[in-house]
Amino acid sequence: MTRKQKKVLIRICVSAILAVLFCVIPISSPYLRFGLYLIPYLIIGYDILRKAVLGIFHGEVFDENFLMALATVGAFVLGEYIEGTAVMLFYQVGELFQSYAVGKSRKNITDLMDIRPDFANVEQDGKVIQMDPDEVPAGTVILVKPGEKIPIDGVVAEGNSTLNTSALTGESLPREVTEGDDVISGCVNMSGVLRVRTTKEFGESTVSKILDLVENSSMKKSRSENFITRFAKYYTPFVCFGALALAVLPPILRMIMGHPANWQVWVTRALTTLVISCPCALVISIPLSFFGGIGGASAKGILVKGSNYLEALSQAKYVVCDKTGTLTKGVFEVAQIQPSKGFSKEELLEAAAYAESYSDHPISKSIKRAYLTSDAAAGVGEIDSSVVSCVEEVGGCGVLASVNKKTVAVGNAKLMRKLNIPFEMPKQTGTQVHVTIGGKYAGYILISDVIKPNAKEAVTGLKEAGVRQVIMLTGDSKEVADAVAAELGVDVVKSELLPADKVAEVEKLLETKGPKEKLVFVGDGINDAPVLSRADLGIAMGALGSDAAIEAADIVLMDDDPAKIATAMKISGKTLRIVHQNIVFALVVKFACLGLGAIGFVSMWWAIFADVGVMILAVLNATRTLKN
Amino acid sequence: MKKKYKIEVDCAACANKMEEAAKKTAGVKDAVVSFMAQKMEITFEEGADISAVMKNVAKACKKVEPDCEIFQ
Repeated sequence: MTRKQKKVLIRICVSAILAVLFCVIPISSPYLRFGLYLIPYLIIGYDILRKAVLGIFHGEVFDENFLMALATVGAFVLGEYIEGTAVMLFYQVGELFQSYAVGKSRKNITDLMDIRPDFANVEQDGKVIQMDPDEVPAGTVILVKPGEKIPIDGVVAEGNSTLNTSALTGESLPREVTEGDDVISGCVNMSGVLRVRTTKEFGESTVSKILDLVENSSMKKSRSENFITRFAKYYTPFVCFGALALAVLPPILRMIMGHPANWQVWVTRALTTLVISCPCALVISIPLSFFGGIGGASAKGILVKGSNYLEALSQAKYVVCDKTGTLTKGVFEVAQIQPSKGFSKEELLEAAAYAESYSDHPISKSIKRAYLTSDAAAGVGEIDSSVVSCVEEVGGCGVLASVNKKTVAVGNAKLMRKLNIPFEMPKQTGTQVHVTIGGKYAGYILISDVIKPNAKEAVTGLKEAGVRQVIMLTGDSKEVADAVAAELGVDVVKSELLPADKVAEVEKLLETKGPKEKLVFVGDGINDAPVLSRADLGIAMGALGSDAAIEAADIVLMDDDPAKIATAMKISGKTLRIVHQNIVFALVVKFACLGLGAIGFVSMWWAIFADVGVMILAVLNATRTLKN
Repeated sequence: MKKKYKIEVDCAACANKMEEAAKKTAGVKDAVVSFMAQKMEITFEEGADISAVMKNVAKACKKVEPDCEIFQ
């Protein structure tokens, strides 16, 4: 609790004890009663009264301070001292609870996003000193010990270690880093000491950008929030005039009709409606819900740039995905090894890997990687290139080499034709690498861009979350695109597109969809910027700190996992459900109580419980958004 | 020209009122107050004297919510 909150709590306690005391002690003199009750009333209500008076002078007549002041002063004038004091007491209890709950959830969210580094270790004259990350210029070498956060983006200058990126991505998959690797701020160093040469200033580093983004997200208000703001602006004056009419019109009507006026009854009813009408529950619970939803999402590595985007996501009906880098990894990997008769898979892969041992081509690299991670290479740390000789590259075709004194040829179909060796054509799509060993055809290796492990789950998840169509756009060939689409269960696939065609496709879709249906584009952020900004909602694969992605998109997935889109939609749906629940619940209870109060069924006691109770329930409901 | 300020305000309705008040101040093109982040973002008009404008913004906010604070 802050000092301010503690002060209010003490005032509440003192005032409550005094009020109960005066209730119990029988006091006969009416003046003494008034004087005594005035003490707890003023203790608890002086600031509200002051604000109400200041408000009138400043032309801000209709606010909740005015409502409360009017209702309680009115109660005192009518001689209802206990009610007057109680209303003020419960109002303050409600306000205290609200400010406590808000402070608490703000803290919870900042804890979730606990990535702000407190210091950077800088070596100066042989001594290590702790500096404020803000004061470290780019190009400084900083020391990061195990257990510490990397404070600033940079390159490893010395040392090996594993990094925990969970604060940024929500996944606790450790990442190995060694000299020359880029490291980004916010990761926790787990094992070894690292010397990092910073490449940016703190303000430009990933961690600052993310914190900024999450903090600013509440600046972009959702439609629900704007609705409530507008609503509150007209609602309070409306209620005040309504109460005035309720206090004055019925007694006058009764007098005209020859009945006794009953002023006291109608004024009491009018004051009761004032108490009920306070709009706090609505006004507080809605931004709180969105803040919680955004906070909960960022804890999972989903950065949402504004409440409005979180709101729009729940209406996503069309999801357009880029293929490479979004649904597939965008790196080449061995997809299939198909030996011909008389050869084993291991033999085939081993021969290819050795023959390619001198090459740095991405395809060679993928073959070598596949070999080194296979069972055949168990115990083999590196490819022993001493057994490889007479390497001859055949430009655009492949490579010839002697491995263990056997001639091995590794290359495409062209090479096989050149060598006059009959070969098999693979049925599957991908890059084919044919291998001959000792002049005989040994089979082929198929290399393709690998589908992300969660991609299929991502597409199913989107369908479950209410997406009508999942569309895949790609610049890749039709065969490859169709194969990927069929495997993932994508509804529509458009292949062989140029970047400009992608924009055109998205525009076509935007024209045909309904006004309440939102179109989401998911891309890897770097070359997709025009489409990302054209779609209703752009989601970028963040590639862990890629600036372009964070700039261009409305939502950033920090760990490139497409399944997170469905997670984000679930969070969005839940947040919106809670927001709607709160709006409906608060309005129904308020209007029901207003109606009942006007015809005299609700006493001032019930009125204050209705007001504070609704607010507390709405706030508690709103804090549910944080838990997923 | 956009600038962000830290603020202190106790209730969400008051934050909305501050936003309205800041928007109406001369020299301010747009203002957004986030109650949850306790921040105020002001977009100034071209060539506005920022410190003078902010003085008026603070004054206007104090008027609608005597308990608010804007840290500059």
